Amino acid sequence: MRVTVNGETRDVAAGLTLTAFLASIGVDASNVAVERNREIVPRSDYDATALREADQLEIVQFVGGG
Amino acid sequence: MALTPEQLDRYARHIVLRELGGPGQQRLRAASVLIVGAGGLGAPAALYLAAAGVGRLGLVDHDAVALSNLQRQVLFRTSDVGRAKVDAAADALADLNPDVGVEVILDRLTDADARGRVAGFDLVLDGTDDFATRYAVNAACHAEAKPLVSGAVGRWDGQVATFKSGPTKRLPKAERLPCYRCLVPEIPPQAETCARVGVVGALTGVIGSLMALEAIKEIAHVGDSLAGRLLLYDGLAAEARTVALRPDPGCPVCG
Repeated sequence: MRVTVNGETRDVAAGLTLTAFLASIGVDASNVAVERNREIVPRSDYDATALREADQLEIVQFVGGG
Repeated sequence: MALTPEQLDRYARHIVLRELGGPGQQRLRAASVLIVGAGGLGAPAALYLAAAGVGRLGLVDHDAVALSNLQRQVLFRTSDVGRAKVDAAADALADLNPDVGVEVILDRLTDADARGRVAGFDLVLDGTDDFATRYAVNAACHAEAKPLVSGAVGRWDGQVATFKSGPTKRLPKAERLPCYRCLVPEIPPQAETCARVGVVGALTGVIGSLMALEAIKEIAHVGDSLAGRLLLYDGLAAEARTVALRPDPGCPVCG
């Protein structure tokens, strides 16, 4: 199954959860927000969110400077 | 109270706007805004809100003006180096617009006093540089039912959102809006500080000005609120986009 991550196409296993996907690419979830099809996925939904064919994902680094 | 002839002249470019007009300008004059952090974001936001004729501005910052601030904190002058930021800011804002009442708080905002600080204002702007203070401001705004316009920057990137979990907390669940903790549930362990990784001065101007713009929209009740949305600005790519943000049912503050 193909999804787009920050503009690049990737092959992922069908039904992969967002939690498992982030772990597979070595991203610590506490440093980022994940946007799926232009909507930020609430952190408490990561385990229950299964990726689907053609999902558009953006991994957004938090900034906190002011 | 009617606007004076001098105020009609000062705010003429607001008053001709269909969405603002005289009533919008009166709303700005009747409004009070607390700006937490007089830094790269607070400086341009304070300048634009004072210029816009917001009746009462509160400024919270514990720091003094440093030479390395002047690359982006356009509220201050070289002669201000060493002065308390809030004092230098109060002088600059009074000079810009004597209509505006400025109240200064030379202190850090903490979990203990944040609620008391935000309670006296209609709307809060957060442009601080650490996540612990952002959490304190967010929790206080939720508890006191105040809208919060939040901005953040790092390197070439900026993020702006309006949080209205507080003002919507008594509504049915489906109509509630998210808070800052719905976006950032735990302090990011690898968060970068501007002191270490840098930030472009003009980017803080863009994001601080967007915060002032969103505050003006909230006060005047015009346009589409950034509540329930996050605006991401990529300075290097010269691209901005807005994504949806909904309340996290597992949020420790508003869930």
